[in-house]
Amino acid sequence: MTARVVLQSITKTFPGGFEALAPIDLALEPGSFTGIVGASGCGKSTLLRIIAGLETRSAGRILIDGEPVAGPGRDRTMVFQDYSLYPWLTVMQNIRFCRTLAVHARNATDSDIGDATRRSVALLNLMGLARVEHAYPKQLSGGMRQRVAIARALMAKPAVLLMDEPFGALDAQTREVMHDLILHVKSAEKRTIIFVTHDVEEAIYLADRVVVLAPHPGRIDTIEDIPFTARHRDLRLDPAFLTLKRRITDRIRATAGLSGDLDDLKTLTAPAG
Amino acid sequence: MTERAKTASAPPTARAIQPEPRPEPHDLRAPLWVVRGRMDRGRYIAFALASFFGLLILWELVAAAGTINPLFLPGPLAVVRALIAWWQSGDLWADIGISVWRVMAGFALSAVIAVPLGLYIGAYQPVRALFEPIMEFARYLPAVAFVPLVLLWFGLGESAKISLIWIGTFFQMVLMISEDTSRVPMAQIEAARTLGASNSEIVRLVLFRSAMPAMLDTLRITLGFAWTYLVVAELIAANSGLGFAILQAQRYLQTDKIFVGIMLIGIIGLITDQVLRRLHKFLFPWLP
Repeated sequence: MTARVVLQSITKTFPGGFEALAPIDLALEPGSFTGIVGASGCGKSTLLRIIAGLETRSAGRILIDGEPVAGPGRDRTMVFQDYSLYPWLTVMQNIRFCRTLAVHARNATDSDIGDATRRSVALLNLMGLARVEHAYPKQLSGGMRQRVAIARALMAKPAVLLMDEPFGALDAQTREVMHDLILHVKSAEKRTIIFVTHDVEEAIYLADRVVVLAPHPGRIDTIEDIPFTARHRDLRLDPAFLTLKRRITDRIRATAGLSGDLDDLKTLTAPAG
Repeated sequence: MTERAKTASAPPTARAIQPEPRPEPHDLRAPLWVVRGRMDRGRYIAFALASFFGLLILWELVAAAGTINPLFLPGPLAVVRALIAWWQSGDLWADIGISVWRVMAGFALSAVIAVPLGLYIGAYQPVRALFEPIMEFARYLPAVAFVPLVLLWFGLGESAKISLIWIGTFFQMVLMISEDTSRVPMAQIEAARTLGASNSEIVRLVLFRSAMPAMLDTLRITLGFAWTYLVVAELIAANSGLGFAILQAQRYLQTDKIFVGIMLIGIIGLITDQVLRRLHKFLFPWLP
């Protein structure tokens, strides 16, 4: 159900010589929630896509419970930022999409099929989608669509759930609701989750551990263990939370090469004379 | 606080010099002349009908003025009379029938090959490399210039007309269908891949399903091309059909009948187009 994920010296150099990722080594415990943040261009999405098998790696190994993996697989499903739902399928059909694929139907017994039906209904309820079971994606709000995408990814019973800025296109209020929903999913489903975001607050609020990547080439800058146990709206205003947020944001700023821009800003806003 | 209190208790004289409130605009509908503005359906139809009847009246006026020889420009009434004469001669339905059949045969033959080929061009880069440059080249070969070759290869039979329609529509159709397939969002494909879909499942369950509405639009547009090449085919080598009737009418200087032939093709095109648009709405209720 859940798995230990080990990344061994993953590198990525794009054709043309652009070095996106310097060797990345990382071990993720079963059932852990890892947030990956970093300045734009630090390769955080590339790293996630390599783990998903959607992008090739130049070197290194990915071990899921000790087994090396190559290419995409249903043990690592992904939630995308947008446009990934199938607009011609209803909410329920989208969630059950993986059941129409040969890999999931192969060797399926009657009890498996019964389990799948129960599971799809359970996911529908877990995500609060029961009312819109027969609706098409066009009839849903952005937040609801992402709930369907998450349910669809969970339906395949992945060992690892990968999320690539899944709430990047949502408004701030919907995002906060989605955060609490994700925490609920985490406690109900106990999957290993890797979550890429540019929103530091989101990463701290959700994750057990936040990995800060530095760009040019993408590499691990710092790893912060998140000490908070109770996650609640008020946590976002907790001084310890804010200190941590400040520290991570400062690391991202320091690694992003933004200091030049900040100096420019200072000269522009400096009092004349 | 005190400011507001003062304004509220201002003497009536101060209020009198204030300008009259602007009258409410009584037309609260959206203004028509705004870039990308809105227009309700009723007014849209009114404008469309106005242009249609405006053209008809202009035509009648020009024809009735008598400055132009009716041999060159027959009036609308003459054209209607020619239509009735054609109908009474008993050839009208036969001519329409054979033309529609030829268009449908050539068009279906194109679609049957173009849809799967375009889908695979849009799905697999090797297939694209194999076929797309050739199609891009073939698309610029003038279909009309194939007439002598087609006559040489197929003679004067039905296959000659059908193959000319095929040449005129197929290459465009393949490229447009491959474009429709290429426009399927990458996230839809990648989501299927991470859920364990095989390549053939992605083509069948995602690419084809996702591109279907765009493909139907492509078929609707290329059906128009098919009609163009039908007329070319029938003008050159036929003894029946609307295009042939137009050519016959030219030989006997029946300008009014030429007008009827052209308009019949226009009307048939308009009807099929509307039917396909309805079909689109009916088949794809999930479209935004």
